[in-house]
Amino acid sequence: MEKSSDDTNTENSGLRLKDTELRLGLPGSESPEREDHDQNVLSLKSFVSGAKRGFSDALDGGGKWVFSGGSGGGSEGLFSPRRGGNNNGGNDLSGSDSGLGGPVLKDGVAPKPLVVQEKKSQVAAGNGNTAPASKAQVVGWPPIRSFRKNTMASHPPKNDNDDDNAEAKFGSGCLYVKVSMDGAPYLRKVDLKIYGGYKELSSALEKMFSCFTIGQCGSHGVSSRDVLSESRLIDLLHGSEYVLTYEDKDGDWMLVGDVPWEMFTNCCKRLRIMKSTEAIGLAPRAMEKSKTRT
Amino acid sequence: MESSELKRSKDSVNSCESARRSSFPDEVLERVLSLLKSHRDRSSVSLVCKDWYNAERWSRTHVFIGNCYSVSPEIVARRFPRIRSVTLKGKPRFSDFNLVPENWGADIHAWLVVFAAEYPFLEELRLKRMAISDESLEFLAVSFPNFKALSLLSCDGFSTNGLAAIATHCKNLTELDIQENGIDDIGGSWLSCFPESFTTLEVLNFANLTSDINFDALEKLVGRCKSMRVLKLNRSVSLEQLQRLLVNAPQLAELGTGLFSQELTIREYEELESALSNCKNMHTLSGLWDATGIYLPALYLACTHLTFLNLSYAALQSVELAKLLAHCPQLKRLWVLDTVEDKGLEAVGLNCPLLEELRVFPADPFDDEIVHGVTEAGFVAVSFGCPRLHYVLYFCRQMTNAAVATIVQNCPDFTHFRLCIMNPGQPDYLTNEPMDEAFGAVVRTCTKLQRLSVSGLLTDLTFEYIGRYAKNLETLSVAFAGRSDWGMQCVLGGCPKLRKLEIRDCPFGNAALLSGLEKYESMRSLWMSACNVTMNGCRLLAREMPWLNVEVMKEDGSDDSQADKVYVYRSIAGPRRDAPPSVLTL
Repeated sequence: MEKSSDDTNTENSGLRLKDTELRLGLPGSESPEREDHDQNVLSLKSFVSGAKRGFSDALDGGGKWVFSGGSGGGSEGLFSPRRGGNNNGGNDLSGSDSGLGGPVLKDGVAPKPLVVQEKKSQVAAGNGNTAPASKAQVVGWPPIRSFRKNTMASHPPKNDNDDDNAEAKFGSGCLYVKVSMDGAPYLRKVDLKIYGGYKELSSALEKMFSCFTIGQCGSHGVSSRDVLSESRLIDLLHGSEYVLTYEDKDGDWMLVGDVPWEMFTNCCKRLRIMKSTEAIGLAPRAMEKSKTRT
Repeated sequence: MESSELKRSKDSVNSCESARRSSFPDEVLERVLSLLKSHRDRSSVSLVCKDWYNAERWSRTHVFIGNCYSVSPEIVARRFPRIRSVTLKGKPRFSDFNLVPENWGADIHAWLVVFAAEYPFLEELRLKRMAISDESLEFLAVSFPNFKALSLLSCDGFSTNGLAAIATHCKNLTELDIQENGIDDIGGSWLSCFPESFTTLEVLNFANLTSDINFDALEKLVGRCKSMRVLKLNRSVSLEQLQRLLVNAPQLAELGTGLFSQELTIREYEELESALSNCKNMHTLSGLWDATGIYLPALYLACTHLTFLNLSYAALQSVELAKLLAHCPQLKRLWVLDTVEDKGLEAVGLNCPLLEELRVFPADPFDDEIVHGVTEAGFVAVSFGCPRLHYVLYFCRQMTNAAVATIVQNCPDFTHFRLCIMNPGQPDYLTNEPMDEAFGAVVRTCTKLQRLSVSGLLTDLTFEYIGRYAKNLETLSVAFAGRSDWGMQCVLGGCPKLRKLEIRDCPFGNAALLSGLEKYESMRSLWMSACNVTMNGCRLLAREMPWLNVEVMKEDGSDDSQADKVYVYRSIAGPRRDAPPSVLTL
């Protein structure tokens, strides 16, 4: 489950909800996503023509190929400029091509972007002082076994060391919302950006909360636990016992699934797996709301 | 005795013959040599003289093959007639990171066919990065009546059906160790295939399978295998189930829990705590998926003698880790996720003075927008508290030269130093300088260094340092580093014990590649991908060095002259014949 803020970007062009949102950032710095939307093409071009060299060019030409994550523990916020941005330090290090490149420099190298993933990539190359919108994903980097990658993706680690009052953390690369389940002892958090649609979200939540559901559905020693399968969970979550609801920007609780996915990720503040007995009366309101929204 | 002959100076063969005449029977020699376990010692022994070569080959029971293509199964069988245990490694290490095409090779089947004929009494098979099919596993299960131990790591091509075959047919199985693999997990019924009469299992590791297993079958299996000492469960096993298993297996030395979160009553919690603390032999603990502060205290009493704690799938926070570590004074090896942050690592430094190995994995490796994880401060804190540290794998988003210098000053005994600054080519974030001095400090100070992985912004100076100082270095991993051929030339010209060199995305070209011409025969392998090597350079290498296999993997759409991925390895088996079309052997 890879983040695809770039895909979200292009898909959002119709809705343009991001344009109206209040974003963090220094005066004069644009939201990286908007900026990169145009620069995307340029960045990709430099990749396409440069092939392997494209990557070094990124190091050479654009100055800092670095991210806000490196700027001293994040105290400066997500979009603050890199410490020591594009100054002499940068030029010394990655100055001339001859410094970085070997004697064999292919000009007519066939197009093959170094950064290849299932989706398009964005490069911070030209962005100088602003943090890049998203990391250009390089194949096989960081060097983590696929097994571990896949395991962490399907079971994202909990992240509740931050402010409890912050219900959704905005960043161009993620969108964490809290998920609570009636009867479960504690909350979880999910990043809505990593899911492509409702189906993926729903199955991820099923996996995440299966332990609680197991606790709920069987009494001690009952073998139902042993044979609990995914289909059973689906029944539990989507069938009679629980429904998935969300709180939107206006503070209203709605049934998940009524609005298009992009709209949902933009206005969902938190999720709640509610006992279906308590969810009566939600559906009609949700329909009304989506009508007024469009 | 013909002492006058003995006094004559002669070559080793003659002295061997006279030694034989002085009645040192082969049987005695074999007996003595059978006590030798180390492969390197055995290799040395086999070079002494013909008699010793023969005695060694007849007494060897375990063969280690670091590159399955360096030798053929027929050659192995011819030389070593009495093998009972085989360790085989296949694909280049970068296949773990998807850099090697899927059908590249390293199929175990040809080996199994030869083993079935030559080693019918084979007992152990340990495979790493091999391709294995269910058919092969079935073949294995039925061909070797004495088969005892199967260990698979980073392998792929098989499913749980293959495991079912092993469970069904291997009557003498003592070890089934399924580590991280690309396994097709179809279901958990394989575990129910162990017959009711089966009692010999000592090691059972299915932690990395996802499907539910039949708990009833598992409980009975654990109950009747009284010699079980290693049990690593998967996520499907709950806390309550864990407790039930433990009351029947308090002798366990290594435990991997299942899911470590569940609504428990007070009584259930106490029962769990009691069951855990009854495992007096427990020295290794892992699993702990979804563990939170609520239930971790159940472990405290069980951790008194713990030497290896693997929390790499448990996203603990710093406070939770600190509390847990306060109960682990004997800890020697610790694996954690970077969710514990620097504060958590400070707790490591404070609580684990005997620590020898630390691995910090990133919880969110592909997300740089969230500012979290560990920094240089955490690593430094550990180094102050753990002077015996000699193995580290550290994923971070920032590092400084000064910090690394301090770290190696505190811990000069590093044998394995693997530092991954996750942003490629990132400089020292305080000074903006390259990280050359950091790795210079490492190789200068840590004279015992065997394995090094470098990262960050690096010029050729780093490689000058490595070539000059890293006299014991055997494995070097390089990515997004260096400025010119000179860097790689320094390494190839310098490190006398270099065996494995893997490079990606570096500006090293043909001159660098060819500078190691003589060196590659003393190495196991060389990997270069996304560098500046061309087909012509590779052809030249292949032409000059007939004992090397030079394989090139082309990417779609790349220039014909570019050698996108190059894998060079020494071999006495000649070029391999099972390469897929995308792999060109030159």
